[in-house]
Amino acid sequence: MTEHAIIAAEGLNVTLAGRLVLSDISLALSTGHLVALVGPNGAGKTTLLRALAGLVTSEGQVHVRGEALSSLSLGERARRFAYLPQGHLVHWPLPARDIVALGRYPHGATDPARLSAKDADAVLRAMQAADVVQFIDRRVTELSGGERSRVALARVLAVEAPVILADEPTSSLDPRHQLDVMQTLRAAADKGALVIVVTHDLALAARFSDTILVLSEGRLVAQGRPQEALSEQVLGEVFRVSAYRAEYQREMVIMPWAEM
Amino acid sequence: MSIQNIMAGTEIAARRRAGVMAVLVAVVIVLLLISLGVGPVRLSPIDVIDGLIGGGSDVQQVIVREIRLPRAILAFAIGGMLGLSGAALQGLLRNPLASPSLFGAPQSAAFGAVLVIALGLADVRSWALPVAAIVAAFGSVFALLAIAGRNAGLLILILAGLALSSLAGAATALVMNLSSNPFVVLEIAFWLLGSLEDRSFQHVVLALPFIVAGAILLLGQRNAFRALSLGEEAAQSLGVDVSRLRLMVISGVALGVGGAVAVSGTIGFIGLVAPHLIRPLIGHDPTRLLVPSALAGSALLLAADIAVRLIPSTSDIKVGVLTSIIGVPFFLYLIMRERRALGGGVA
Repeated sequence: MTEHAIIAAEGLNVTLAGRLVLSDISLALSTGHLVALVGPNGAGKTTLLRALAGLVTSEGQVHVRGEALSSLSLGERARRFAYLPQGHLVHWPLPARDIVALGRYPHGATDPARLSAKDADAVLRAMQAADVVQFIDRRVTELSGGERSRVALARVLAVEAPVILADEPTSSLDPRHQLDVMQTLRAAADKGALVIVVTHDLALAARFSDTILVLSEGRLVAQGRPQEALSEQVLGEVFRVSAYRAEYQREMVIMPWAEM
Repeated sequence: MSIQNIMAGTEIAARRRAGVMAVLVAVVIVLLLISLGVGPVRLSPIDVIDGLIGGGSDVQQVIVREIRLPRAILAFAIGGMLGLSGAALQGLLRNPLASPSLFGAPQSAAFGAVLVIALGLADVRSWALPVAAIVAAFGSVFALLAIAGRNAGLLILILAGLALSSLAGAATALVMNLSSNPFVVLEIAFWLLGSLEDRSFQHVVLALPFIVAGAILLLGQRNAFRALSLGEEAAQSLGVDVSRLRLMVISGVALGVGGAVAVSGTIGFIGLVAPHLIRPLIGHDPTRLLVPSALAGSALLLAADIAVRLIPSTSDIKVGVLTSIIGVPFFLYLIMRERRALGGGVA
């Protein structure tokens, strides 16, 4: 698996403010997959996402298509990883187009008013995929939370990076928008990207992902297909909950049900 | 939806920006001409142009070229630098209340200059003055960002800025207090008030290289400000070296403000006001705000410096006093507008 993996981490440790946040993480992930990263609050999910993108300093090895992450420049990393932070924050009331066009920044398109045909094409594709074309000239600060999250998603898709890292892209969204965002990310994976999604929603994770990584106290305690990674034992030990399980339309349904 | 359609909105905005720029340039040119014409001897714009290109009487030429031209150039350059610094700091901190004067940069620069004079290390026209002012300005902006930390909210930034400008003010007062030489005290009062009167080309030569260097540094980072709209982490993920950007902006602001303060004393609030005048006209894009904010800053300081010559009063009103008198109520208005964010303590 390691040979085909686009991201391979080996013995990854991250220390923040003197505390070991991630310890001895090893994983290998391939393109075309949607990977859900789950775990209780404070398990180190966001830190793992940042470490994979090279946004925090880490010890150990991370390879991207066989190249050491540490050997890549900031710009090279930016073209390989599209990163969606939590909160979909935009500090100024800019039009949605300009936000999405920032996805082309790593490709040298610094001015949203002067995009090359290739960059404009990528922006348009991303806006169509996230269904935000109708907001193109609207200021993002005037959009609803759900609409804004789709603009943020379009910005990430516009990078057209082989790896998409999304930190809680569905939090604070209504059910319809949650499905919407997950379907868009699923489509990106189906088109060949590796998509890693941090989420607290085990039901969405189980339904949309190929692989689930379970983090607990900075360690990777389970990984595999949803049924295996979210076994009763893992849910009990890591989340201290029991879950209702069923099958609906040939897909797995899992719903945390009671505290343990 | 085609590519032409998605770019249509940008063309409308671009035309609008070009129009605003043309108006700003025209306003600055008119103010420059007025600035050259206003004084004890009033000259018409035609006389001014005549004097500039070497026509008219000798007296006319001396008044325009040697007395008023340095003053006008300094007002243009210093106002522009303050406007640019304000826009750059607001962009860096994603915060509409950021500005050099609220962060104590000019006050600290003035302290640096005052210290050099009080210690008798240099006379008022030596290079030691701008260098000391720049070092002090750099120290204060650097300290502010270090104290406030990453992603600091409005409240922290403003409190830290208040503390730093109070410290710079107190240090200047201490120098004044300890100084036994009344001439030094007089010099210091001059730094505190801020003025462009009686400046010569020597002053221009002293300040301009630093202002130009600062402006080049800030404008060189222009594209990163837009990426920073998404926050530092997202900007970093797009390939912006945020730590380097911070250092460049601090250095640019310190060079420009330090160089400016070294010849003009503290002139506050231009940096705060200028970007706010431009945003309603061209939008909030922090990259596109830089140059228009600089022009607005130039226009503001030129206008203020013309006003102090026109306002009838028994003694001269200093231009720094005037900009503060106008700037502080504007700041209060901004606080009112931003008070919900301030109350929450987050930007």
